[in-house]
Amino acid sequence: MDRALVLKIVSALALFGAWEIAGRIPVSYSFPTFVESMAALWTMSVNGTLWAAYGETLQPLVVGVAISAFLGIGVGLWAGLSKVFDWLFSPIFIVMQAAPLAALIPLLVLAYGIGLTSKVLVVCIMAMPVIVLNTASAVRNTPENLKEMGKAYLASDPAILLKIVIPAASPVIFAGLRLGVSAGFIGAILAELKITPTGVGDIITFSRSIADYPSMYAAIFSIILLAVLFLNLLEKTESILFKGNQRGYVSD
Amino acid sequence: MAMSQTKSDVVELTGGLESAVSTRNISKNYGDVEALRDLSLEFPKGQLTSLLGPSGCGKTTLLKIIAGLLEPTSGEVEVNGQMVTGPGKDRAFVFQDFALLPWASVIRNVAFGLEMRGVAKSEREDIAKRYVDQVGLSGFENAYPHELSGGMRQRVGLARALSVDAEVLLMDEPFSAVDEQTRRKFQEDLLALVENENKTFIFVTHSIEEAVYVSDQIAILLPRPSRVHEIIRPSINRQNGADSIRRDPEYLDIVDAIWASLRSYVE
Amino acid sequence: MTLFGYRLPGMSSLLIWGLLWEIVGQADLTFFIPPLSEVIGTLFQVIQTAAFQKALYETAYAFIAGVLCATCIGIPVGILMGKSRLLDELLLPWVNVFLSAPLTALVPVLMVLFGFGMKSIIITTTLFGIWIIILNARAGVKQINRSLVEMAHSFGAKPWDAFTKIYFWAALPEILGGVRIGVIRAVKGVIIGQLLISIVGFGALFELYSANFLMGHFWAVLIVLFALAFTISEFLAYLERRVAYYAAKR
Repeated sequence: MDRALVLKIVSALALFGAWEIAGRIPVSYSFPTFVESMAALWTMSVNGTLWAAYGETLQPLVVGVAISAFLGIGVGLWAGLSKVFDWLFSPIFIVMQAAPLAALIPLLVLAYGIGLTSKVLVVCIMAMPVIVLNTASAVRNTPENLKEMGKAYLASDPAILLKIVIPAASPVIFAGLRLGVSAGFIGAILAELKITPTGVGDIITFSRSIADYPSMYAAIFSIILLAVLFLNLLEKTESILFKGNQRGYVSD
Repeated sequence: MAMSQTKSDVVELTGGLESAVSTRNISKNYGDVEALRDLSLEFPKGQLTSLLGPSGCGKTTLLKIIAGLLEPTSGEVEVNGQMVTGPGKDRAFVFQDFALLPWASVIRNVAFGLEMRGVAKSEREDIAKRYVDQVGLSGFENAYPHELSGGMRQRVGLARALSVDAEVLLMDEPFSAVDEQTRRKFQEDLLALVENENKTFIFVTHSIEEAVYVSDQIAILLPRPSRVHEIIRPSINRQNGADSIRRDPEYLDIVDAIWASLRSYVE
Repeated sequence: MTLFGYRLPGMSSLLIWGLLWEIVGQADLTFFIPPLSEVIGTLFQVIQTAAFQKALYETAYAFIAGVLCATCIGIPVGILMGKSRLLDELLLPWVNVFLSAPLTALVPVLMVLFGFGMKSIIITTTLFGIWIIILNARAGVKQINRSLVEMAHSFGAKPWDAFTKIYFWAALPEILGGVRIGVIRAVKGVIIGQLLISIVGFGALFELYSANFLMGHFWAVLIVLFALAFTISEFLAYLERRVAYYAAKR
């Protein structure tokens, strides 16, 4: 096993070990041990509550992320290619990026109720700005010499877009997707914790209210685990689709 | 001296050879800046012509105009009887900074020109493979640019330009971004290429030795205003092997003469 | 972009969007979007109320405390990670995890451990901002040109001198970049903290206004908050630009 993997495992064990110890001291009556939390996690998986909860949580997340990705990349491409479009629409996304959009959640719920729509909207407003801005920036910064080379070898404009601009922009686009997805996750969880008692957010709030701390921590652990797994999946996808992206950008 | 030419001048100047590329009265302005002013030049078929000059003399600009990547403010370019309105199948370009797609393998990069011309995948990969072998990169077909040295990357660029089988090969300081030893090897290889391929080469360089070494004709350009200062046709004996060229008295004389006349123009 | 030959400033399309807002509001298309003019009028009113100033104070307190913690802990940790391979390999996976994890999920844990008060909010703010600060500080240190290090060595610079006179400045552009992004995240953190933990500060105001359907007030406060966040971010960007002149050439 290579050194990096060993150290990752060691640091994971260290963290979980510290968690276990902290739980045994105990740091606080509401701080369960690592083992207790994992046991609760196991219980919830086995009796199906965890899966049912994720079924509910993942719906708006997946839909919202999918919409944000397609729409976001599309808008970003357009903004990167057209100066007019960029001037008109980028400021909106820059504002959205910097503003604490979480404040809008209660408003969205007021407007669209507590169903799937408002949750999807929450995910979208959190995820889209960074995807759009990253895509636009990457497209705008395509290395000129590559576009010139395309022209010299008789590439049509659509060919230049598809075979040069987009692959060249893909690392930054994927970085934007990763950031967007994690922002979307935040939105989904926030919506659940704050507004509607459904899915995993509900497990958290409910467990807390009945002082079932192991379950609460278990649920939180599972969310973080899921987020990390999904983002790693995204990275893997990028490396498969764009094999040369590992250490690319060395044309000079 | 002004170089506006008539057909008879041209024939005389190019030693009775046919012109593959004719540039006539080319001017190029960028706003107030005059990059080229009323420049005319002929490039004989099947030979290598260098554009030599200090920076700012417009040689790369002229090359890109011939390639169709830039539009002249006025003047015209004719390649083998056709007017140039943009990039075309008759011209291929080799870039100074290689301009390889970093995310594509060597074979895909070499086949890129063919891909843009709509050649089917298996066919173009076969053709590309031939040229990969020809430039000495056999075995590296599936490598990526970042895994290659500078010299190897430029070979990919060269293979790409050769694979589209254009009549005119345009090279923009192709060897300036590689180390000295590789550069010398490339110059030797270029001589062999010019011998074996029936193409017209237009070669931009700022190195006097390089120009004299490889060229059949050298057009010396000077800046401010950009003009053709002189045209030299070295008659160096290149048959005795590449190594002897640099000791050939004619080679040494021409290099000295050019340096003497260019000295005063170096910033 | 240019219009009739005049270069239009970057964010000027916001004027058009502002106009659109006004029109939509005046047309009374939806209850949730009052005319921009009304919002601006309310803005000036609201700023002067005691409730707003209290909220501002509470939020600013939590925000500044959070940002200070995030930078004072984050920058040294990042620097240490950049310098020590062992530490880097141990900590980096976790930093990456928490950078992309939905930190919101951790807030209930904080509430349970630290109560429903200011402490939790400050910790939330810190958590939101710290990870990117760590990563950027680390990146800044890692990209310091080896030649600079060797140069310092060859001139016999003492470690403290080398740090303050060379490494700090060499890494500064990245560090500032990280702080800027961290600050934006911290703003989100403080608001999310207020929405979830204890309803104080701006979180309280947002709750109050939306519950009472005071849309004009709601948007006014949102605009103020955004303006504050934007100003801070631009100030940091300005600082970044001040050091940018050497950033590209290190």
